[in-house]
Amino acid sequence: MALLEVQDLVTEFPTRAGVVRAVNGVTFSVDEGEILAVVGESGSGKSVTALSIMGLLQDPGHIAHGSITFDGRELSALSDREMEEVRGNQIGMIFQEPMTSLNPVYRVGDQIVEAILTHEKIGKKEAWERAVEMLRVVGIPSPEERAHDFPHQMSGGMRQRVMIAMALVCRPKLLIADEPTTALDVTIQAQILDLIYRLRDAYHMAVLLITHDLGVVSEVADRAVVMYCGRTVEEAPVAELFMHPHHPYTTGLLQSIPRLEDDSSERLYAIEGTVPDPLEVGEGCPFANRCAYAADRCRSELPALSPVPGEGHRSIRCFYPLEVH
Amino acid sequence: MAKYVLKRLMMAVLVLFGVVTIVFIIMRAFSSDPAASVLGQHATAESMAAWRASYGLDKPLWEQYVSYLAGLLHGDLGYSYYDHTSVAGQIMGRFPATIELAVCAILIAGVFGIALGVAAAVHKRSFWDYFSTVVSLVGVSMPVFWLGILLIILFAGSLHVLPSTGRIDPMLQPVGGTGFYLLDTLLSGDFEAFGNALAHMILPSVTLAMYSLAIICRMTRSSMLDTLDEDYVRTARAKGVRRRRVQTHHALRNAMLPVTTVIGLELGSLLGGAMLTETIFAWPGIGKLAVDAIQQSDYPVVQGVVLLIGVIYVLMNIVVDVVYAYLDPRITYTKEEG
Repeated sequence: MALLEVQDLVTEFPTRAGVVRAVNGVTFSVDEGEILAVVGESGSGKSVTALSIMGLLQDPGHIAHGSITFDGRELSALSDREMEEVRGNQIGMIFQEPMTSLNPVYRVGDQIVEAILTHEKIGKKEAWERAVEMLRVVGIPSPEERAHDFPHQMSGGMRQRVMIAMALVCRPKLLIADEPTTALDVTIQAQILDLIYRLRDAYHMAVLLITHDLGVVSEVADRAVVMYCGRTVEEAPVAELFMHPHHPYTTGLLQSIPRLEDDSSERLYAIEGTVPDPLEVGEGCPFANRCAYAADRCRSELPALSPVPGEGHRSIRCFYPLEVH
Repeated sequence: MAKYVLKRLMMAVLVLFGVVTIVFIIMRAFSSDPAASVLGQHATAESMAAWRASYGLDKPLWEQYVSYLAGLLHGDLGYSYYDHTSVAGQIMGRFPATIELAVCAILIAGVFGIALGVAAAVHKRSFWDYFSTVVSLVGVSMPVFWLGILLIILFAGSLHVLPSTGRIDPMLQPVGGTGFYLLDTLLSGDFEAFGNALAHMILPSVTLAMYSLAIICRMTRSSMLDTLDEDYVRTARAKGVRRRRVQTHHALRNAMLPVTTVIGLELGSLLGGAMLTETIFAWPGIGKLAVDAIQQSDYPVVQGVVLLIGVIYVLMNIVVDVVYAYLDPRITYTKEEG
């Protein structure tokens, strides 16, 4: 059984102009010990999906439909109190902005201690020692001293390590990493990804990795879910997705990655058009207006997310998938 | 830190020098002739000239100024034209009343202002939010003298539940002690007097608190709304920390940084004597002292009080900055090491 199962999730934000469905039918599952990447452009609903799972949607956002099952429990049905037990304890989360994600007025050690004491009844001293140990695990040099530092005394990469230490100190079964490397230098990005990868193995935890960076996906993820306009459009093991993308959007994404061997005089490939306004998504496939293969049917009818013929472990939301044998 | 404070204190001396100079000039340029006020309407030109000569007011302005500054450097604030008591003594006698009133007012303003501001931010667009908006609007826009008079009419005039003037019933006035009646009566165990002093404190302190309360409330609300949106608040929630604890330990703790500044500066201005409030409630503090002295052209008293107000203001600014450094670890006033 999957550790986390998201079924047809719909998350809505009522606005003056109308109800925005930031997530509009997302389905995926994460197995124990697996790294699942959720890929998509800005505004595709990746982060809102993560916040929906964590129960951290900002008012007035709310889950309108669908189910989120974690470890056999329906998360969307839990009370605030019960959800607080899950957060930080069974599901840890790290964010995009390490510079602002730590509280500036508390020492980093104390912030980790708070995470421990929220969920475990142990002494303060013991919790501090665990926090220091966790800082050592995430690769902070001389953690005994650095635990006394305030966030502003650390670099972005160090702070993201602290965030990881804080998210994992209670040994959650699932880590949700929302663009964990986007705000970091490239060399630091690799270190952080490597750290997440190693800790996944050491702690046997699953990782839900949210990113817009296909390079990140190819480096660490086992499987990937491609999102567009709040919907899952394709799901596949990473190697297969990169070798044989079936959805025209996935193909477009892969083609827009710049490569060193490309002819530098040629323009970089870009998907035509822009992402539609979430308030103006029509009946049909949301990608239809940008898709080179779209037919009339695509504009009037929304394809269902269904298994790819002959490749049952992959699924796709497209009437005319590419390269399907 | 010590170096920083020392530097600030040296700057403060310059500021105070400016304050003293300006007040010295303004008093002599714009106020009525003190000789006429002191000697009354039946004074003759000769008696007025003699009076001026006895106080050195017949000398050229610069000479008066130099001798005043020389006095200041020796800690001599001069003597009142009326009762010939030392200005320093008058101020010392009046200052406890002002401090007591200011501290009570800032406590009321701080406690209710912060509570209301937090409630408004946490329950945005709820009853508490609108209520706090109305209270703040009334607080900042209602003139103190009008609010004070309304309260007197209601609680002293109609309901007869609270006294309207003075600090305490003269029969119960504590002898000696610190000059802080609430403290003196409490320390001596005289609870009847304490209750009486407290009752006298209510209307003036509420009147005086309203404006600061409004400012603190608005500041807390907007600051709290900002911090509630911060990433670290979301991080704390993601750790599983309870909503209430996140609001107090993470959002409010950070929101208090700018609010502290406001409270400090408000306290500074309240300590400088609330001239209107003290006048309405016949509160014998330095605000009332200043008003009386200005009306009587009592130069040395006015100069002394204004100097005191300047000192308080400057010191409160330094205190606020120092407190800030303790509250916010990102702020240091010395060069970072390494």
